[in-house]
Formats: sequence, C-alpha cells, structure tokens
Amino acid sequence: MTQVLEIDRLKKGFSLHHLDKDIPAFEDVSFSVAAGEFVLLKGANGAGKSTLLRTLYRSYLPLAGEIRFHSSHGVIDLARAADVDVAHLRRTEIGFVTQFLTARPRVRAEAIVAEPLRLAGWEPEAALDAARKALATFGVKPDLWAAYPTTFSGGEQQKVNLARALILPQKLLMLDEPTASLDANARRALVARLKELKDQGTAMIGVFHHPDDVMHLIDRIVDLTPDAVPQEERDDVAL
Amino acid sequence: MTLTLDAPRIVETRPLLEVHGVSKSYGTVQAVRNVSAHAYPGEVLGIVGESGSGKSTLLRMMNLEEIPETGSYTLDLPDVSGNLFELDRFARRMLCATKIGIVYQNPHLGLLMKHSSSGNVAERLLVAGERSFATLRQAATEALEASEFPLDRLDAPPIELSGGMQQRVQLAKAIALEPALLLLDEPTTGLDVSVQALVLDTLKRLQQDRQITMVIVSHDLGVIRTLADRVMVMRRGEVVETGLADQIFQDPQHPYTQQLVHAKL
Repeated sequence: MTQVLEIDRLKKGFSLHHLDKDIPAFEDVSFSVAAGEFVLLKGANGAGKSTLLRTLYRSYLPLAGEIRFHSSHGVIDLARAADVDVAHLRRTEIGFVTQFLTARPRVRAEAIVAEPLRLAGWEPEAALDAARKALATFGVKPDLWAAYPTTFSGGEQQKVNLARALILPQKLLMLDEPTASLDANARRALVARLKELKDQGTAMIGVFHHPDDVMHLIDRIVDLTPDAVPQEERDDVAL
Repeated sequence: MTLTLDAPRIVETRPLLEVHGVSKSYGTVQAVRNVSAHAYPGEVLGIVGESGSGKSTLLRMMNLEEIPETGSYTLDLPDVSGNLFELDRFARRMLCATKIGIVYQNPHLGLLMKHSSSGNVAERLLVAGERSFATLRQAATEALEASEFPLDRLDAPPIELSGGMQQRVQLAKAIALEPALLLLDEPTTGLDVSVQALVLDTLKRLQQDRQITMVIVSHDLGVIRTLADRVMVMRRGEVVETGLADQIFQDPQHPYTQQLVHAKL
C-alpha cells in the first residue's frame, strides 16, 4: 500500500501564559495512513481527537514528533514545514472538513463552493458549474445557490461547507465531525462522496460522534485514550 | 517550546517583497526595531498590533514614504533591483506609482477631496506617463468598476461621498496600474459594519481575480482573519510572532498574541 501519512511520536500541548499553565493534549501518538484508507479516531471527550486533526493540518503547532506527508513533491515533515509550504499543500493536497462554515458576508453559496477550484486554477464558469452540481448533490435547493449563506440555517450552512470542502479531490482529508447537524439525505450524500474519494485513493482521518453512517468505510481505528491499545483492527472493535 | 520550522522546500518562488532588519526612531521613541518581513507572490500578509506597535510605520516604509535608519527592502520584479531604500526621490516616486498601490485609513491622505473621483484615479496614470484623455478616462472607469464604485458618480468629488465610497476610490486609484503590491492601512476602520463587509469582499475578490500580493495592517482581528494567509504580530516596534493565520488565531504562542486573540469579542 502507498503510504500517505506517517505520524511518529507526535506531541501537543498548550501553554496558557495568563494562567501560567501548561495543558497537555496528547503525546507519543504514532500511526500511518495509506492511500484509500479511512482511519477513525476514537477516545472520550477531551482525549484530543480534534486537537490531533488540527495539529496534522498545522492550525496547531506540535511540540515534538514528526508528521511525514508523502506529497507529490516528495516526503515533507508537516511538523516542521515552512508556513508557505503548508499553505501550498492545503490548496492542493490536504483538505479539512469541519462542522462549521466560515461564511464571508456577501459571498454567494456557489462562489464559496467554487473557491477551492478557482484557487486551483479553474476557469470561473467551469468552477461555478461544478459548484452548483456539488450543492445539488448535498441537497441545497437551486433557489439558494446565489444567496448568501450567512443567513442560512445551521444544516444548510453545513451542506454548503461540505460541498466546498469535498469538491476538490485531495491526497489527504481530515474530517472533524462532519455529520453534526446534517439531515438524513445530506448524510447519505456525504457518505457517498467520501466513498467516491476513498475509491479514488484519498487517505482519510476522521472524528465522528456517531460513526454508524461511515462504519462500512472504516479500515482502522486509532484510540487516543491514554494507555489504550494503540491500534485495533476494525473487526475486533465494538463502539 | 514548539519546533523550529524549516526553510520552504516545496514553494520555490522567491518572496515578492522582502524587508530585512529595518529600524526607525522618532526622537527618543524607537518606532520599529530590527524588523524583517516577507510576502510571497499572491500572498496576503496581515500585520496586527495595537496603536504604537510600529505596524503603520512599517507599511509606510514598504510604500517608501518612510526611509528607515537601517535595513533593506527588495521587490522581486522585472526591472526592479537593489535596496529600494537607496533610490533617489524621482525613482522612488516612479516605482510607487507603477508597482505599488496603497489605501489609507484616512482618505484625505490618499485623495484630492475636491477633484472628481475619476480624476483622482486618472492622476495616478498621469504620474506614470499616460497623456491621452480617452485612455485616462477609460482606465479610470475600469479601475473604479473593479472596485465596485457606482459609475454614475464618476465625476463626484470624494468629499461628497460616504466613507465606504471614498475607500473604493482609493482602492481604484491603487489598482489602476495593476500594481504588483497592494498596501492597506486600516482600510475598513471607521466604516459601518455593513460597509466594512462590502469593502472586505471587494478586496477578497480583487485578490482572487488578480493574484495581487497584499500587505494589510489592522488592529481589527476580524479583518485580518478574513483576508490574511499569514499573520505577523507586532508590539512596541518588534515582531513577537508570525504564522499561518489560522494558527495565530487558534494556537497563539506568544503571551501578547494570546492576550490579543482572547480579547477579541
């Protein structure tokens, strides 16, 4: 199997200067993800699942360890990569899906979804066409495509968010509870899209509060609970 | 302690803008102390800090309005070379007119308030050597349109316009010559929230359509968060922290940055 990501003894904590306090998040986390593989992160609230995802995406700076990403430019350690390299990889190879849409005021839903394609060099019209298709797939009504999502309900915003986050196939995709606040149809569309991306070789690491929907996609489970058995094969695990 | 980051390995282009080791004092006050900064082509660099942090002084240096006591400034552009702080006044003026656009918080600094709006934009083209009236008018109109300025008000002087419209005229003037570098000094401070959103949206669109490299100075973290790819935090004339925008806002390292981020409503 082609490796995409090798995480080696990764450590993260936060120094809160005003409290003069160090808060540990996780340490000694090691696992790998191959192309087309779906890894589920498990652990109680506060075990550091979301923190780990954000550290891999470099929204958080790790304290120690390595995150070896097999990019199309060769292997690069995301724990130490220059900001400009990380920014480049985020535009081209590494995606992150959150449960929140960061809608900018006065930007149309279709333009928000088309943006990753525009940044990747697509022509405006082709990008908009693809964006509209993606919105339709997630069940956003055509009336809303040209509207500003700042006023949408939580569920509709989340559909726009997913359409945007999943429009461009990436080598590595992080998923932070993407099913929260989704209706059944949108959940089905999400799972179908994830399956499609997985089949195309996207490596995925996800946190799901209710993983039932994606159960059939999961290849491996990594437990972040301290002192847990580090990795478990999918078959042996009851969630 | 966090890890020390490597030099870029994937991105091989050189930064468009590089400022190295600049210092400037006014009397006994050291406004900027040994500051270095860079911005890659198409990148938006945000500079945050409170009043007196030296962020505006640094921006004025990038516009060659202020010349520091020490340090160098280079722009990686065809037919631009050497330390730009060493250019004579004429060369400086030409460079600013053709390669750099600036939008000030105070429109009085950037505009002739009683001349027509289109005239304000055309003036920039005149400085660069354009003399045909038809071309001037056409280019000014296009720049104003790109800045989403209402074209039925082309001849209105800025003094008769609202704050948001005045900022659009400044923006049109700044982009009229398709500069490689756009400098923004608190471009939305003092505007109503709704107008602020419109101006931010215009900036974002321009950035995406034209891939202009931008440096934006603001004490408003929301503005920086909306626009910037990378953020530099300044305090008392020094840089305390730089990083990817989301990292600075979600995982600030320096005590001052933590205080700043947590103070945001």
